[in-house]
This record gives sequence, structure tokens and C-alpha cells, in this order.
Amino acid sequence: MAQLLSPLPGTFYRRPAPDKPVYKNDGDKVAKGDVVGLIEVMKSFTEVKADAAGRIKFIAENEEPVMAGQPLADIG
Amino acid sequence: MAIKVIKPGLSTTVQDLGRPGYYHIGIPVSGGMDRLALKCANLLVGNKEGAAVLEAVFMGPELQFTEDAVVAVTGAELPPLVNGEPRETWTSFKVKKGQTLSFGFLKKGARAYIAISGGIDVPVVLGSRSTYALGALGGFKGRKLDVGDRLPVGKGRVVKEGRRIPEKLRRSPGAPAELRMVPGLYWHRITEAAGKQFFSDTWKVAPEADRIGYRFRGGKPLDFVPREQPFGAGSDPSNIVDACYPYGSIQVPGGTEPIVLHRDAVSGGGYFMVGTVISADMDLIGQLQPHTPARFVEVTMAQALKARNDQTKLYDKIKSSL
Repeated sequence: MAQLLSPLPGTFYRRPAPDKPVYKNDGDKVAKGDVVGLIEVMKSFTEVKADAAGRIKFIAENEEPVMAGQPLADIG
Repeated sequence: MAIKVIKPGLSTTVQDLGRPGYYHIGIPVSGGMDRLALKCANLLVGNKEGAAVLEAVFMGPELQFTEDAVVAVTGAELPPLVNGEPRETWTSFKVKKGQTLSFGFLKKGARAYIAISGGIDVPVVLGSRSTYALGALGGFKGRKLDVGDRLPVGKGRVVKEGRRIPEKLRRSPGAPAELRMVPGLYWHRITEAAGKQFFSDTWKVAPEADRIGYRFRGGKPLDFVPREQPFGAGSDPSNIVDACYPYGSIQVPGGTEPIVLHRDAVSGGGYFMVGTVISADMDLIGQLQPHTPARFVEVTMAQALKARNDQTKLYDKIKSSL
């Protein structure tokens, strides 16, 4: 089991746009490099990519304020 | 010598102490958001205090060195790694030819200053090497760093590694951050109750806060004193006839979210300003992460000048400690 950590402080989003479906659901299989969320800070959005392969379970909520290094999801 | 940018980080820019003298024609002062930390980084590697360094916000770059150099990282706690081995912040260390400098996760603060012996040797534009990205001016090609850039570095003096600035001489914002301000020319535009509320509220840094302005939200909207709309002013009660915006001034568009103008700010416009953050506390703003709680604290001009003097004394102490 690997923890995916936030690279940045900011606001975490699980979907690419408010009217779009989430990138991944809990239990989905992800490959290394898959986009699983966005961090918004300084008017820009940075993609959060899986750094391991496996099934994903989110820890952070959509629109949650996060710190750098905070766990966003478990992948395993 | 040159430094090769392997990964640029989120928004890493070349900054020195800035470009004063052109604000009246709309060119902002630019320069490091936390200038005390910038100067400290330079002192640690034997540079002049105003040499150009890298300012990395929230996330560090990954840099490969083509020659030996001495490096220091100050400001935010952004842990440096040389070929993956941890190094201390606020302490000079060697990076050898071929080695890579990268960073761990941000632990505290917002902006790290990466000084390299010799300084970043980009061309001087209007008296400064600072990047003003909105105007594509100065710095490295007028923009933030990108993958594959080769940063020119000047010839440095030989300095020891392990030079360190003790923790008690470092300055960082408290929790909540207390930002001292002098009420301004337009203070009369808000009601007495709104003025009291403004100082008693705890605000939070908005995620869009950047080098141009630091936006805060979470306090109560300000009530304005009724008036007849002056000729030349917009119709919103927060509008004024266009005026100059000082560095550090706090505008509150619509009376809802205060914005403190910082190093890359616009120089004028039509929003009233409740006051100006004192010069001694502008460095602290540069170290605020999104969602950090902050309060505004009213001070007099005499207190503001004393705080500036204290800041100078702190810097003198730092210099004599090295």
C-alpha cells in the first residue's frame, strides 16, 4: 500500500471541472502516471498523478484545503 | 558556469531586491517577496546581499550543477536534497559538478530562496535582475523557469560550507499571522463598526494569493458610509476616483475580500484602500500558505517606523553572527 501525497498546498479537486465526473472512484484501478485529481493554488491547477499502480482509495475530500505532503489517497 | 533545470517547480523565478523607481509609470518593484530571507541566503554563500537568487514557491525545482558551487536555502522550510541526501535550510552546503539539487515536501512557510555562490547572472533590466512575469520583463527571459533552461551563474568567492543563521534570528509569521497596518486616506469610507470588525476578524489566505496580491477571505463584509458618487468614480461604494496604489496597500473590492498588493502589483486604480501593511511585515506575507489564518493589527506611523528600525537591527545581528 502506497500513500499518494499532495505535492503542493492548496485546494484539492477530484474532478477536472465542476460539471465533469470524478477522475477516479474509490476502488478503481489506477496505473502509475494516471491523473487522479487537481490542486489549485495561485490561479493555476496542477495535476496530481498516481505514483504507484493498484486500487485507489481517497483520503482527502473534494474541495478540501490540503497541505504539501498531506496524504490524498491510498494506492495498493 | 550554468545550472540546468531538470524540473522547474510550480513557479520558480529569478529575483533580487527589486526594481524601485518605475512604479509611477506602472512597472512594479518586483524582487523577492521575503527580502530578509533573500539577503540571508546571499550572505550565507558569500554573495552581495542583493545578488540574484531563485525564489521557489510551495514546491522546489530540480537543478543540475555543471560546476562546483556553494548553495544556501532560506525562507520557507523546503528541505534541500543533494543527490537525494538531505541538507539543512539556513545553512550553506556544497553542490559538486554533476550533482543534482532537489527538494522534499514544503514543511513551513511558502517561499524558499535558493542562493548560489556567484549569483544568477541574467541581464540587468532597468536596474534589476528580478523577474516581472506579467510584463515579461527581467529575470530569465522574463518568465518563470521551465524544463531544459540553462541558468547562467556568476563567478563566486570561495566560502565554507556549514555557515548557518541561528533559529532565533530567523523571522516567520505566527499563527494566526499578525499583519500590522496603518489606516489610510480612505479609512473614512467605512463605518466605525466596520472598522472595528475589520481588526477583530480572523481572515484566511485565499488560494489565488500570489506575487501580485495576497487576497484574504472569511471576515465580515465592510459597511460603507453613504455618499454621493463622485465624478470619475465607479458606482460601487468601494470605488474611488482612480488613485495611486502603494506597495502594501490593502484594497477591498466590494467591501468583501481584502487584497494586500505585493511586489508585482499594479500601481493604481479605482478601489479604496483601508490602509497599508507596514514595510516590516511585508516579508511575512510572502511566507503565508493558502488557508493560513491572519489578522490585521492597527499601528501608528511611529510604531511602523520603529518596526522598520527593529527589522534593520535584526539584519545587523544576522550579519555580525556570520
